[in-house]
Amino acid sequence: MKERIKNIIAEFGISRLIIVGFILFMFALAPVSGNKISTLLSNVANRFAWNGLLVLSMVPMIHSGCGLNFGLPLEIEAGLLGVTIAIEMGFTGNEAFLAALTIATPFAILFGTLYGFLLNKIKGGEMMIATYVGFSAVSLMCIGWVMLPFKNPVIVWGYTGKGLRTMISIENYYYEVLSGFLRFKLFGVTIPTGAILFFALIAFGIWAFLHTKTGTAMTAVGSNPTFAKAAGINIDRIRMLSVILSTWIAAIGIINYQQGFGYVQLYTAPYSMAMPAVAAILLGGASVNKASISNVIIGTILYQAIVTTTPNVINSLINLDISDVIRIIVSNGVILFALTRKIEEPKK
Amino acid sequence: MANNNAPLLEMKNIQKSFYGNQVLNDINITLNEGDVLGLCGENGAGKTTLMKILFGMEEIAETGGYGGEICFNGEKVDFKSPFDALNAGIGMVHQEFSLIPGFTATENILLNREPLKRNVISEVFGDRLNTLNYNEMTGRAENAIEKMGFKIDPKMVIADMPVGHKQFTEIARELSKENLRLLILDEPTAVLTESEADALLQSIKSMSERGVAVIFVTHRLEEIMTVCNKVVVMRDGLVVMDTRAEDTDVKKITKAMVGRDVESVDNKSVGTDETAETIMSIKNLWVDMPGETVRNVSLDVKKGEILGIGGLAGQGKLGVPNGIMGLYEAGGTVVFKGNEIPLNSPRKCLDSNIAFVSEDRRGVGLLLDETLEWNIAFPAMQIQNKFLKKLFGGLIKWRDEKAIKEVTDKYIDELQIKCTSSKQKAKELSGGNQQKICLAKSFALEPEFLFASEPTRGIDVGAKSLVLEALRKLNKEKGVTVVVISSELEELRGVCDRIAIVSGGEVAGILPASKSSEEFGQLMVSKVI
Ligand SMILES: Nc1ncnc2c1ncn2[C@@H]1O[C@H](COP(=O)(O)OP(=O)(O)OP(=O)(O)O)[C@@H](O)[C@H]1O
Ligand SMILES: [Mg+2]
Repeated sequence: MKERIKNIIAEFGISRLIIVGFILFMFALAPVSGNKISTLLSNVANRFAWNGLLVLSMVPMIHSGCGLNFGLPLEIEAGLLGVTIAIEMGFTGNEAFLAALTIATPFAILFGTLYGFLLNKIKGGEMMIATYVGFSAVSLMCIGWVMLPFKNPVIVWGYTGKGLRTMISIENYYYEVLSGFLRFKLFGVTIPTGAILFFALIAFGIWAFLHTKTGTAMTAVGSNPTFAKAAGINIDRIRMLSVILSTWIAAIGIINYQQGFGYVQLYTAPYSMAMPAVAAILLGGASVNKASISNVIIGTILYQAIVTTTPNVINSLINLDISDVIRIIVSNGVILFALTRKIEEPKK
Repeated sequence: MANNNAPLLEMKNIQKSFYGNQVLNDINITLNEGDVLGLCGENGAGKTTLMKILFGMEEIAETGGYGGEICFNGEKVDFKSPFDALNAGIGMVHQEFSLIPGFTATENILLNREPLKRNVISEVFGDRLNTLNYNEMTGRAENAIEKMGFKIDPKMVIADMPVGHKQFTEIARELSKENLRLLILDEPTAVLTESEADALLQSIKSMSERGVAVIFVTHRLEEIMTVCNKVVVMRDGLVVMDTRAEDTDVKKITKAMVGRDVESVDNKSVGTDETAETIMSIKNLWVDMPGETVRNVSLDVKKGEILGIGGLAGQGKLGVPNGIMGLYEAGGTVVFKGNEIPLNSPRKCLDSNIAFVSEDRRGVGLLLDETLEWNIAFPAMQIQNKFLKKLFGGLIKWRDEKAIKEVTDKYIDELQIKCTSSKQKAKELSGGNQQKICLAKSFALEPEFLFASEPTRGIDVGAKSLVLEALRKLNKEKGVTVVVISSELEELRGVCDRIAIVSGGEVAGILPASKSSEEFGQLMVSKVI
């Protein structure tokens, strides 16, 4: 019995137990600080639904040995192009959602191909290059958002008539198309059923893909590329495929994020998306070349639970509005924590 | 206090289990200065585990630590990391190398012991900023390499090295340590030819004369008889024999190891059928494999034979299969069953039903982090679409876990692979059992033609005949043409019909297996560059 408990703990990981303990502590403090637990839980459920896909987009690249995808901002740009073009073309309401997904897809394939081509050239240094790619993509698109010939007044700055706005409300477009679908309340906790189903659908797709012949090859390439090569696998092709897949999931992931959040954020916003996604999947127990769907789910819940509850609770406790400061400290602290945990991981 | 009368090393009641799997039950070993202890036992008996405990490897603590007590130099010790062990004067040559891939041989040999030069910055900021004295480093490394009696390029980067050279680098690293009191050698000779092993044995002798104690793990029992004064045999986590070397012999050791007599592999070859058609014709092959360059090899392999390729390390014998299989850049022509197969494309070879057991099991042969099932089934799944279920009319090829488990269990049984289940990770197996997985993987391909490079590397005496028998059975019953590349001439003579000797990147000659070792020996050195 003692053995078994020990095993369960070892399986789950001490670091994650600490995090869970911390979260439970925050929830325990919630009533004292005047926060309703059900509100906090609704928050976590919502945030999970927004962010799940972005975290899931890490999985294919981790499997193929391309490491943690710090290049996420580039992939997000594909999604943003999808949205802005869909709106520019005059799609409205829920149609705009489908249009955005459809238009984002070719961009995702294009960006993914270029990105994959680059990563294949620099095997071994993927994560560093990915970081640069993410940064440059954002900088480049900052120029792009100003220069591209968008005309629709809904998304273009009013006074100059040129260049896109930094924040575009999608109130009249596809706000909560998924989150609002079949939404219900359970003990006061709001569950955004549609968005969770959408996540589940894509996650199931990835899970199934990893059980196919090609998916198996992808895992093997990440595990030992030389082994895969000796078994006749075209390593570059598999890696390329993984990058395109990651890019596509990230692109639709950001569109899904917007439908919950209510705004399209352009310019420098994508910068800040990579780190939380990386931290979440690491918290979930993934490593640089192993990640599963359950890592994604557990990690996203843990990460979002920390960064949403902590500022709320502490804020009300000390009666001062420093929620942003706390949010930054907590989220960066978690990232640091998750990253250092990985360095301690046993070597081969 | 160090006690001068106490033995140098005492290991008492050592116990170790991995996740409930008891590997060492109660091991007691005593060693004095200058002793050379031969440690043997079947694959998976726990030799490497015992040595890892002694050397303070982190892997042991991470998997729950060990029981028992170790006294070194009269003091109770409990090394927390290899650095502690190194400081105490213990050195280890690992079965699975522990070198830094991106560094050169020189840098690896002198790692952490580099001669330093003071410079302006270090005068100000302290010794940590001294620069490395590369000239002296090269000198010292060359000395160490020379002492070992085998040439490797001190400037070659580890990642580019063939396995033999990695082994030499590790040995040179340990031999160059001056404050060494105890040296652990875990199967250092597994990839060496007899003559190269001799040079190492000489070094062991001279170290022992200097008062250094040596623990020597090997499956080549004659080597134990040559250099050791003590022999310990382990079986199922227990010491079953602990004697002075002069009181025992190879036969007795073997019996203690496997619990039965093992017949030496005697060759039942009837010789090559000269009239048989040529199944593979190699013409003017060159291969750019660092450390194993092939310059100009032409060779005809007859259908249904077992051909051996032998030669000294570094002369190119390993380059031949690696080049043909597309793992290193190669040129020339290779015709298989009348069709030319394009070089530099592993897939083309595999599609023609040629399989390869690599000599580099950790680098090429295994997915260390995956299950045995994946390791064995993967190539057959990818190349021949085996172990897949077709869904939606073949649109989706789904992994057939049941078939994968079946084939894995079959080979675990056939090759007597020691593991807890087919779902165990490959990295958790002992060296010899990992080797068997590599063989099983290529058997699962059911090839028509098999290159087996060092197929018995690290495999114990009992299992060796099992593996060679399996190769022979494949040859006789399924008609598979087999090319065995091995540094052990005796093994080649035991199983092959004829043996080609590669020297200086060319075929120096081909002889029937029945010719004397002297004749082969002469061929081996005939073209050495
Ligand atoms: N990290 C590990 N996790 C689980 N089991 C392990 C681990 N390392 C070793 N074992 C098990 O311990 C046993 C002893 O292994 P060890 O490597 O010590 O054998 P060995 O005597 O060196 O064999 P060989 O001659 O094949 O090298 C094996 O059954 C192996 O599966
Ligand atoms: Mg071993």
